[in-house]
Amino acid sequence: MPKIKLAENTVQLIKDICVEFENKESELINVLHQVQSKLGYLPAEVQEVIAKELKTSVAKVYGVVTFYSFFTMIPQGENPISICMGTACYVRGAEQVLNEFKRQLKVEVGESTEDGKFSINCLRCVGACGLAPVVTVGEKVYGRVAPTDVKKIIAEYHNR
Amino acid sequence: MDTVNLTIDNKPVVVKSGTTILEAASGVGMHIPTLCHMKLDDLNIENKPGGCRICVVEVEGRRNLAPACCTDVSEGMKINTHSMRVINARRTVMELILSDHPFDCLICAKSGNCDLQDMAHNLGIREIHYKGEQSTYREDTSPAIIREVDKCIMCRRCETMCNEVQTVGVLSAINRGFESVVSPAFEMNLDHSVCTYCGQCVAVCPTGALTEVDETGKVIRALSDPTKTVIVQTAPAVRAALGEEFGMEAGSLVTGKLVAALRRLGFDHVFDTDFAADLTIMEEGTELLNRLGKHLAGDKDVKLPILTSCCPAWVKFFEHQFPEMKDIPSTARSPQQMFGAIAKTYFADQLGIKREDLVVVSIMPCVAKKYECGRDEFKTNDNPDVDHAITTRELAALIKLSNIDFTALPNEDFDNPLGESTGAGVIFGTTGGVIEAAVRTAYEVHTKKELPKLDFDELRGMEGIREATIDFDGLPIKIGIAHGLGNARKLLEDIQAGNSEFHAIEIMSCPGGCIGGGGQPYHHGDAGILKKRQAALYTEDKNKTLRKSHLNPHIIELYEKFLGEPMSEKAHHLLHTEYFDRT
Repeated sequence: MPKIKLAENTVQLIKDICVEFENKESELINVLHQVQSKLGYLPAEVQEVIAKELKTSVAKVYGVVTFYSFFTMIPQGENPISICMGTACYVRGAEQVLNEFKRQLKVEVGESTEDGKFSINCLRCVGACGLAPVVTVGEKVYGRVAPTDVKKIIAEYHNR
Repeated sequence: MDTVNLTIDNKPVVVKSGTTILEAASGVGMHIPTLCHMKLDDLNIENKPGGCRICVVEVEGRRNLAPACCTDVSEGMKINTHSMRVINARRTVMELILSDHPFDCLICAKSGNCDLQDMAHNLGIREIHYKGEQSTYREDTSPAIIREVDKCIMCRRCETMCNEVQTVGVLSAINRGFESVVSPAFEMNLDHSVCTYCGQCVAVCPTGALTEVDETGKVIRALSDPTKTVIVQTAPAVRAALGEEFGMEAGSLVTGKLVAALRRLGFDHVFDTDFAADLTIMEEGTELLNRLGKHLAGDKDVKLPILTSCCPAWVKFFEHQFPEMKDIPSTARSPQQMFGAIAKTYFADQLGIKREDLVVVSIMPCVAKKYECGRDEFKTNDNPDVDHAITTRELAALIKLSNIDFTALPNEDFDNPLGESTGAGVIFGTTGGVIEAAVRTAYEVHTKKELPKLDFDELRGMEGIREATIDFDGLPIKIGIAHGLGNARKLLEDIQAGNSEFHAIEIMSCPGGCIGGGGQPYHHGDAGILKKRQAALYTEDKNKTLRKSHLNPHIIELYEKFLGEPMSEKAHHLLHTEYFDRT
């Protein structure tokens, strides 16, 4: 695994988040949430800092990061696209929508486009089953998405 | 004390409240099978994830079967531990586990010692009704331990040992569902991690997922090479455990048979690591007295407490986790490495052969010794002082392979000059033993008086952390003892915080010391076995004519003829070492 050196202020940011949670090991999941929301992802080096601050083992931190699909170790695109694969979305055609995103952006699930603009992820149920199939881009939610809508959604972000 | 009345398999039972069904049943002779559950009494070690579901029992009035290991008894409970429903459930659980387990039992390193295999046999599994995908994972080989995660059943015992007991924190369950495995962080290999190779994960693994690196092939090759002189050293704890591999009672002392077996295997000289343990005491004891003398003379720079350095897993532990304290442990090499250094110089000279033509094999209760003998600082011109370290279990395999009827062997004696030892060397194999041996010598060297009593009961026992003050003729010497790296960590943190008043601390990585080492015959969760091995070593000590290291005549001769005196330049070069920051 290639080592990246974290910038000093990044390390400080992580330490500050840990302090917010009183450096408690039991707050690990909350710390990971906060750090990911600030950095976009949780590379190995970040997990090492968190483990040290919370006085736990990095293997444990990695165990939690890999257990929850929400956490990611891969840098996200500027516009992270998530396709819900929960039961309701799935039966209403989420897979076809996902395939269309993959085809148009030429990336696989968990990857980012070369220009760093988009990344694709799957998630399990956003609690909006009435709108199935659901796609989120960043904070924005799109409901009743059909494969034919995919081009339009991508275009919304392309020209920003 | 609150008690609870219940019946187990129609037998009325009265137990303390808070007792689990599993414990209550074992009290009336019903041994409910378990795979994940493990409790080592006296050592405060318990693994109770309630994950394997093999221990389920029927509780009258309850809809579902209850896991016996983590269900407490309650008043009036009626429990059936082997109804048809229970047996069917256990078989189903076992079949499901086996449906994702490789079928290579006949050639698996753990065959014959595998809890999973035994249990499948006891449950009478003759067919697996479930066919499905098998999880596969790459094999991870390190200098001491092999991980074959395909064979893991996620019992989490290794995780408990690595995290809670040893506080090393290398192993953790990662990923989710079918993909989950026990692994170091970022799925790195063990040799890139902070693993100490203590081998406690191996000692408790119920399957062949964690085993030691097998070096018996290399030993056989060396023994059949006519150009090599092959000598062997055996660690103290081996003689108190090897018999178990041949059906003997735990705690049987098999020193004489061990020597006889090694001779029959073809070793040219059969020596004793206990000799090197006596040598360690000469060096480490002198170092203790030197540091103590300087401290008493008011030298503020001298580092106290002195920490023992015999245990390679402990050395690797502080190199990773407390590198800023690497000048506190004694610089004395471990007995294994002292033996190797003396064998390849002093003894090779006596034989008139080159070090390259002398092969040193060691029999160790330990898997970390495999890693230790490969460390660069213990090599000369790329030739290691100790060529191969094999475990007690590997030696048993060699003996079986060579058709030797172990129990029928006569008792034989070690060869000289590196086979003579004192009782002090023998007790190196148990927690408290190294420091007791050191005290016996340091006391007499310091006070120039004979000790009135050699048994230091205050240093013995199984408590994880022990302390005692020994009166050195008016000078109180404060001694600490820790076994298990989690306990060692506590003492280290005290030193770091400046709260430690000890002059000397003994640390052994494995619970119980080397008698509970990762290379010993499997205890299968019975901590009583460790106590019996411990008692055996104290018996051997008691039976020895000489019980103080500095009285070993061959040690005296070694200093006269070769080393000069303890901590001499030559001794420093051959018997001491340095430590590295591994962060």
